[in-house]
Amino acid sequence: MGLKDVLTRLPVGFLTVLKTLGRKPVTIQYPEQQKPMSARFRGRHQLKRYEDGLERCIGCALCAAACPADAIYVEAAENTNEARYSPGERYAKVYEINMLRCIFCGYCEDACPTNAIVLEPIEFPTGYTRESMIYTKAMLLEPPPPGVPDTPQQTPPGKYDRAILPFPPIDESV
Amino acid sequence: MPVLLEATLKSAVLLFVLLTGFAYLTVLERKFIARLQARIGPNRAGPFGLLQPVADGLKLIFKESVTPAQADKPLYFLAPVLVVVPALILFAVIPVGKGPTFQLASDINVGALYVVGVMGVAVYGITLAGWASNNKYAALGGLRASAQVISYELGLGLSIVAVVLMASSASLADIVEAQMPGNILGWFIFRQPVAAAIFAVTAMAELARAPFDLVEAEQELTAGFMTEYSGMKFALFFMGEYVKMIAVSALFTTFFLGGWSGPFVNEFPALSVVYFAVKVLACLLLMIWTRATLPRIRYDRLMALGWKVLTPVAIANVIVTALLIVLGVPGFGS
Ligand code: SF4
Ligand code: SF4
Repeated sequence: MGLKDVLTRLPVGFLTVLKTLGRKPVTIQYPEQQKPMSARFRGRHQLKRYEDGLERCIGCALCAAACPADAIYVEAAENTNEARYSPGERYAKVYEINMLRCIFCGYCEDACPTNAIVLEPIEFPTGYTRESMIYTKAMLLEPPPPGVPDTPQQTPPGKYDRAILPFPPIDESV
Repeated sequence: MPVLLEATLKSAVLLFVLLTGFAYLTVLERKFIARLQARIGPNRAGPFGLLQPVADGLKLIFKESVTPAQADKPLYFLAPVLVVVPALILFAVIPVGKGPTFQLASDINVGALYVVGVMGVAVYGITLAGWASNNKYAALGGLRASAQVISYELGLGLSIVAVVLMASSASLADIVEAQMPGNILGWFIFRQPVAAAIFAVTAMAELARAPFDLVEAEQELTAGFMTEYSGMKFALFFMGEYVKMIAVSALFTTFFLGGWSGPFVNEFPALSVVYFAVKVLACLLLMIWTRATLPRIRYDRLMALGWKVLTPVAIANVIVTALLIVLGVPGFGS
């Protein structure tokens, strides 16, 4: 680098950097601002429901068994006709996912016999403490469809004798 | 006794200002660099990230302070102190404002010599840290530091010699006075542009700041001489670097930007401190801007620049300045 270069090119470099000062920062202030996610993005888990508001999860803990990171904790309890959470015998009384352990591999999704747990393009977990990163069932469960009562529901005896209701057709459009 | 008391009080205030300045300089640097790179920078701790230094400090206090088993313990503990102390005591001779109220010892007649000496001592801390850590990266960083500082000290000293010649005094207070023939053109940056440029470059190298940060070149040397330092000892190195940044900016201001001079200082002496602070801040921003612009220089180029360009040019500049003063060219000499 000769003197000519110092005098001609160095100022160009400095000015280029200075020009950036006037630019709008490209930073996305997560988690307040978020980038739009693709509809097929596999993000945070959501526990799904049937159209009648019952939870799909039957507390079988297959997801917990499949999880390579051991991030899921399931505790099942018996359904009754007076307080029914899911079709079939049992439901998940406690369902927790430790988002700090989860590697978002989607194996839980694959393992689930009722398609209850699904990774969805919804807001991602952030937090300042470890405790706040353990997502409980209340945080994971999707709200019931409009006009449908939340669980537990009271149901007529004999209506739900199968663990799995017929699947609705899978939406291939997304 | 009152003299001692006055000096103690002034030093306490100076220390407080410097340490606060250090803490917020780290935020300023991160924020300004972020803006220069179209980012936002730290903004989570407190409003606008203003509590960031507190968070950083607390973090460093609670970090485990590891001492390598094979380290040379006394030197290992001494090294961070040897980095911070010279950086702090440099300020003793810098006149931060008009009149004795704002000056600690700036009227000593060897001020410029003191500056060069103290800046030279600072490298001992870095070299010893590299040696005492008993780590190859650290040792290489320490070696680079000594070679780099020895090479650039010549240019630095010679650029100060030119200033001393111009002011015909080595006292920093006199140097500031010599730059005030009524207008801004009296500043030595206009009367000694070559010396100013050499001082700026060599000072940046003395500080081991980008683009001369080979001492801690993380791509090659992990963290150079501070590889083995953690917790508060690391914080001391950090502090040494930033306080030295402030000190060098203050020196540049004193030598080349007219120190505390500015309009209305005779009516309101306190204004002179404000002028001084603004000029120092401008130098600091320039330094950060440089860091955001230039990549790290290669080691042989660094040596070549120091020995083949800066030192000869500085010598030539001193000779030319001396000639012009002897010949009585207007604007030179007093
Ligand atoms: S995505 Fe993978 S890691 Fe996360 S809970 Fe499911 S199985 Fe476990
Ligand atoms: S989410 Fe699926 S796999 Fe997991 S417990 Fe519920 S039903 Fe079983």
